[in-house]
Amino acid sequence: MNNLSLLLVVIVLSVAGYYLGRKRSVDVVRGEIRHLHSLPGYYGLFVALWCGLPALVVLAVWIASQTSVITSLVVSGLPPDFRSLPGEQLSLVINDIRNIADGTIVSGTRDQALYAAAKHYNRLKVTGFLAILAVILSICIAGLGLSKRHIAPSMRARVKVERTITVLMVLCSTVAIFTTVGIVLSVLFESIRFFNQIPITDFLFGLEWSPQMAIRADQVGAAGSFGIAPLLTGTLMISGIAMLVAVPIGLMSAIYMSEYATDRVRTVAKPVLEILAGIPTVVYGFFAALTVAPFLRDIGAGMGLDVSSESALAAGLVMGIMIIPFISSLSDDVINAVPQSLRDGSMGIGATKSETVVKVVLPAALPGIVGSILLGVSRAIGETMIVVMAAGLTANLTANPLNAVTTFTVQIVTLLIGDQEFDSPKTLAAFALGLVLFIMTLCLNIIALYVVRRYREQYE
Amino acid sequence: MNRAELNSHEDRLQLIKSKLKWRYAKENIFRVSGIIAILLAVSMLAILFISIIGSGYTAFQQTFIRLDIKFDQDVIDPDNKKEPEALSQADYSALVKTALSKMFPDVSDRRERRDLYSIVSSGAAFELRDMIMGNPALIGTTQQVWFPADDDVDMYIKGHIQVEAEGSGRIKESTVQWINALTESKSLKKRFNTTLFTGGDSREPEIAGIWGAVVGSFYTMIVTLALSFPLGVATAVYLEEFAPKNIWTDIVEVNINNLAAVPSIVFGLLGLAVFLNFFGLPRSAPIVGGLVLTLMTLPTIIIASRASLLAVPPSIREGALGVGASRMQSVLHHVLPLALPGMLTGTIIGMARALGETAPLLMIGMVAFIVDIPTGVFDKATVLPVQIYLWADSPERAFVERTSATIMVLLAFLLIMNALAVILRKKFERRW
Repeated sequence: MNNLSLLLVVIVLSVAGYYLGRKRSVDVVRGEIRHLHSLPGYYGLFVALWCGLPALVVLAVWIASQTSVITSLVVSGLPPDFRSLPGEQLSLVINDIRNIADGTIVSGTRDQALYAAAKHYNRLKVTGFLAILAVILSICIAGLGLSKRHIAPSMRARVKVERTITVLMVLCSTVAIFTTVGIVLSVLFESIRFFNQIPITDFLFGLEWSPQMAIRADQVGAAGSFGIAPLLTGTLMISGIAMLVAVPIGLMSAIYMSEYATDRVRTVAKPVLEILAGIPTVVYGFFAALTVAPFLRDIGAGMGLDVSSESALAAGLVMGIMIIPFISSLSDDVINAVPQSLRDGSMGIGATKSETVVKVVLPAALPGIVGSILLGVSRAIGETMIVVMAAGLTANLTANPLNAVTTFTVQIVTLLIGDQEFDSPKTLAAFALGLVLFIMTLCLNIIALYVVRRYREQYE
Repeated sequence: MNRAELNSHEDRLQLIKSKLKWRYAKENIFRVSGIIAILLAVSMLAILFISIIGSGYTAFQQTFIRLDIKFDQDVIDPDNKKEPEALSQADYSALVKTALSKMFPDVSDRRERRDLYSIVSSGAAFELRDMIMGNPALIGTTQQVWFPADDDVDMYIKGHIQVEAEGSGRIKESTVQWINALTESKSLKKRFNTTLFTGGDSREPEIAGIWGAVVGSFYTMIVTLALSFPLGVATAVYLEEFAPKNIWTDIVEVNINNLAAVPSIVFGLLGLAVFLNFFGLPRSAPIVGGLVLTLMTLPTIIIASRASLLAVPPSIREGALGVGASRMQSVLHHVLPLALPGMLTGTIIGMARALGETAPLLMIGMVAFIVDIPTGVFDKATVLPVQIYLWADSPERAFVERTSATIMVLLAFLLIMNALAVILRKKFERRW
């Protein structure tokens, strides 16, 4: 809670700055505020911004770097035989030190050096807190004092404040760009490290996926193989099944809702679809594993088929249910956007409603519908929890939907949960899979947008 | 059908009539298939709810067993030190065992005895410890205490598991006899399962609760809200009201639309690589979860906020500008307050999605087994959907119903949030 109290200090000082600045501006003109360039509040804001913003920046830098700075200081204070440990063991030692410092009991070695280091750690934490408190206080007070001195009737406080706000808003809007850049860089960077160890051709064209790396050199089955073909087929199969469920149901319900349904039906059906859309995927995953998979296995057993309890069919079916509202709401929008005059014209020459829909409305809405289906596919490919909970872990190269298959997302999750040896191909492979996933969904989204834009009919 | 045949009016009418039946049939088929599609969607939702509620409602009750515990001075505090240190180290499970043996004196076989001791939750000892730590005066007295029964006993009482052929099932014939004896003496009954709502996670289903996950979710959502709402609103206001039309703003817009469609797990990879490995923020902490979910919900909030800004008519801005407001004043004083309800609605919907999100949080380690209730955003924590995932993975039968119960709690939260959004929209919606 230390950081929160620092934040509170800054906020309190800024508020104080606001009132001081406002009072000062009124005092400067002896209460005749018509002589001021801006309203007194703007002078207050001016002081508050000068007081708060620099301090907030410093505080953010401190919060982001605090842990690593203190840790590296503690490590440099450790006896040399600890410092020379390899990375992973060192991080274990650091963890122990932190736990001791927090007062939790650490099992295993109770080295005296660790206790000393923990004390050092706690001392550093306190020193760091006091130091940053002093720095922030001085920045705030300096900003407050300096900006207060600037207040004069001719100072254009409103312009300055508004310019600052604009700059802040521009900065906020760049967060989206930084996020994309962050995603691309983080995934790409680790992927390149992965491809340094595993050739990219093996990754793209290999037919086998078993990311077990040897711990000892002489282990049996040591060499892991990283071919994404089974993952790709598994992903496509599950997404395909999902789309087979979602497209007909989603599209037909969208058509019915916009063309046939009475208001009463619509007021019931629309919320139902919205509820389906709002259910978290982990719930769908549990539903697939608890109800759908055993149900399918029983049916399969009744028909003499051997259905795996983690069959692609179960995961695909449930994923399809998840995507229904997605398809239906997007299609609903584009179908509603088709002008009524087209329908009237078609009905006027004697077509039935279904003929109007199939021959006039759907062709007019087709680009939007195709776009929504593509977005649905991209959703299905990137969907994680349903397949993690209901699909298999082993990579089978099979076309039988009753078998267990695995997907990109399942493998990313299984590779990254648990052990954290960050340099092994195993963990890096997860990032390479993430890159493939990102590229696939990105391409689908771009194609979807392009289809919608390029082939959209303009009715004006 | 050639042209000559169509020449006469009669023939044409005939042809149309003969086709009409088929066309009407097709019309009906089309309409019915639409109805079927909607019914399918509705029934799938119904099946989902029925199967979740059906397997989860029993979790709100838990079997308790009453034991007469004699707080024996010799066991708890033989040296009469009365220090908390000594009291907390005492062997409280011995008290439970003694009480059970007294109840069933004829159990002598060692293996049977072990079975007998295991009908009460292994959390019973901790409960007794807490009682003594809270009130040391209890030492030497005999108290009636209700303990949660072991999860297998609980499952048997609820009818989820049966006695199977000798020794193979989770519950044995002898245990059933004890259960029956306890029921007869009114020492066993089902009560409301408060532990489920107040406890932290545990390996023992009967003392596992979701409070830790609820608190973790709360902290994560606070971080998400505190970051994503101001960021999203500022971005939307800038793009909609101030931004010039140029390449830069185009790039920003394309980015936002694209981020809205990036799979959530990729945000988890980003969080792992950037927040954990680069910035060295703590694993499993709500602060990191909140940061990742912020990036994920930002596009939703921005898009909704822009839509609601767009809905404010230009006349409002022009009116403000006309009486001498600056552009910033016209936006901050007039446009923003009018657009705020729509922005809040979008934010609530975005937060509801963030509350149900699991995959990115798995990547940043919020999947760890955490017993303690988190006390801040830097503590290790888990969240409700991850708790569901963890319990769904546990082999114990008792966790199935607890998972379903947790899902009901999560869905209730989501329902409340969405209802709030709807009410907000209804209340403040304005048409110009």
